[in-house]
Amino acid sequence: MEQILVNGAILSANYALIALGITLIFGIMNVLNFAHGQMFMIGGLIVYTVCVVFKLPYAVGLLSAAVAVGLIGMLLERTLFQRVMRISSREENTMLLAVGTALLLENIALYVFGEKQRGIPPMVSGVYRLGSAFLPANRLLVFAISLALIAAVLLFVNFTRQGRAMRALAQDRTATMLMGVDVNRISMLGFGLGAALAGIAGGLLISVSGVNAGIGTAISTKAFIMIMIGGAGVIGGALLGAVALGFAEAIGYALFPGSVTYLLIFTALILFLLIRPQGIMGKPWG
Amino acid sequence: MATSTEAAGTIGATSPGSRKALIAILPLAILLYAVVPFILRGQPYWLNVMTNAAILSFGSLGVWVTFAIGRVNIAQGAFALLGGYTTAILSTVFGLSFWLCLPLSGVVAALVGTLIGWPLLRLRGIYFAMVTLSLTEAMRLLFLNTVTLHDGGGVLNIPRPAGIDTPLDFYLFAATLLLVGYLAVWRLAGSRIGWVFRSMRQNEELAMSIGINVARYRVFAFAFCSAMGGMAGASFASLQQNIYPATYTVTDSINFMLYCFLGGLDFVLGPIVGTFGLIIAFELLRSIQEYQALLYGALMILVMLFLPNGVLSLPSILGRFWRSGR
Repeated sequence: MEQILVNGAILSANYALIALGITLIFGIMNVLNFAHGQMFMIGGLIVYTVCVVFKLPYAVGLLSAAVAVGLIGMLLERTLFQRVMRISSREENTMLLAVGTALLLENIALYVFGEKQRGIPPMVSGVYRLGSAFLPANRLLVFAISLALIAAVLLFVNFTRQGRAMRALAQDRTATMLMGVDVNRISMLGFGLGAALAGIAGGLLISVSGVNAGIGTAISTKAFIMIMIGGAGVIGGALLGAVALGFAEAIGYALFPGSVTYLLIFTALILFLLIRPQGIMGKPWG
Repeated sequence: MATSTEAAGTIGATSPGSRKALIAILPLAILLYAVVPFILRGQPYWLNVMTNAAILSFGSLGVWVTFAIGRVNIAQGAFALLGGYTTAILSTVFGLSFWLCLPLSGVVAALVGTLIGWPLLRLRGIYFAMVTLSLTEAMRLLFLNTVTLHDGGGVLNIPRPAGIDTPLDFYLFAATLLLVGYLAVWRLAGSRIGWVFRSMRQNEELAMSIGINVARYRVFAFAFCSAMGGMAGASFASLQQNIYPATYTVTDSINFMLYCFLGGLDFVLGPIVGTFGLIIAFELLRSIQEYQALLYGALMILVMLFLPNGVLSLPSILGRFWRSGR
């Protein structure tokens, strides 16, 4: 039982990074980032390249993953999303564009990194005991880094000038523009930050369960489940969704064989959406 | 199926609606029944490619109907899988003929579509997109965990349709299926229901306020779409003689959507043009198959940037360009 709680907590913290990233992008840009899982995957594979191929320390790997994926996000936002948001006549268009970028990123990654499952050796060795549960030091480190980053993002969004501009942008684009905020710059920054969070999450999880180039869609699906549970575009909801999914997964894997867990999660999700279509904290069609 | 077009032909002389139907369908019919078989006679490989494209077009026509009510539907793979398994199980376990399985698969998919669609269609925009994507994954897991005929949830040795033996037969069957589907969707889009769909896409509350039972219409659209997905899946299962839970994944659902979008969402012909265009293009590009999926992504982005209303919007854009140039 304690083992399930420990696993659930670690998963939740990592998923929270994914959910926070996709929520930032959705809130600010009103774009559902289908490529989020692919950004996660690229982050993981960059950490693999830096740490295993170039034999540099893990911290360097994680930092370069964050910077590289963040830059990819900013580049995509500047070159593609801004243009399509300006010219598109249907609201589906940005979503379809995101699907296109997901396909593109996945295949570039396949070409650059190959299709093998990649993992890195644990950064720290040793195992702690917590009651009857085993807690490898490596996972504890991942957990701690995740929590620290979540706290940092929350502080940034709530208390800095740029963070305030992002929240304003999420509420009302035109009004924000009228207040003299450089909307294009803040949009790019938000997209980059969301992407960087996905990259970091990938870089953290590769030391726990490994990453391969085809993992993107599965991760995006998990991200979607989380924001459907919590409510799209609400930061509190994203964290809540991450905790719900993390524990559901940990409990499911302990009780049921293999793929039954996700079948149950999907069934529960659909039933949940019957009762509350906008998620726990989402605004109805806001 | 030939009888229905003949009937349309004979009435066509008196009723303008039927004549319009004939004009809409005749070029496609000539292309599918005469031009393609003539060019590709004696090339079974290319006939197979065309068969695939025709059945995939049939599935994407369904997705087009859900686009028409303003929903992004990423669940067509789920219903193709459902239809495929319905045919697989009915024909291997119960020995039913394919010609019975095909409509039954459509009916089963439509029923499930109605049951699932009724609650889920309350969702809109990205919520609906996300939940339909989850549905595709859920359907795969469902068959993976429930079908135990073969390791990994597959069904093998599905009999081929009775009376269909050569690649040309397969092709003609697929072409007929596509023509019937096209006629049905074309008729639907031009009917009162089609106009109701368009009003719902623009503003559901407004449509509701003038007394349209929005909930019923959108479930009808979704069930219609699901039935087409189910029949496409059934045809594939019988043509390929096997089906696995991984036969249709999220990628396939996304592709169905992509075909519609590429052709143009404002045209009934859009999904057909999109599907045939992409499938033929990638057969021709087989030598660089390594980069196929990469090109898919790049192509999608390019179309998004420069032709946001699909390939079929090109003539009107060129026309405007030409007029303004003078």
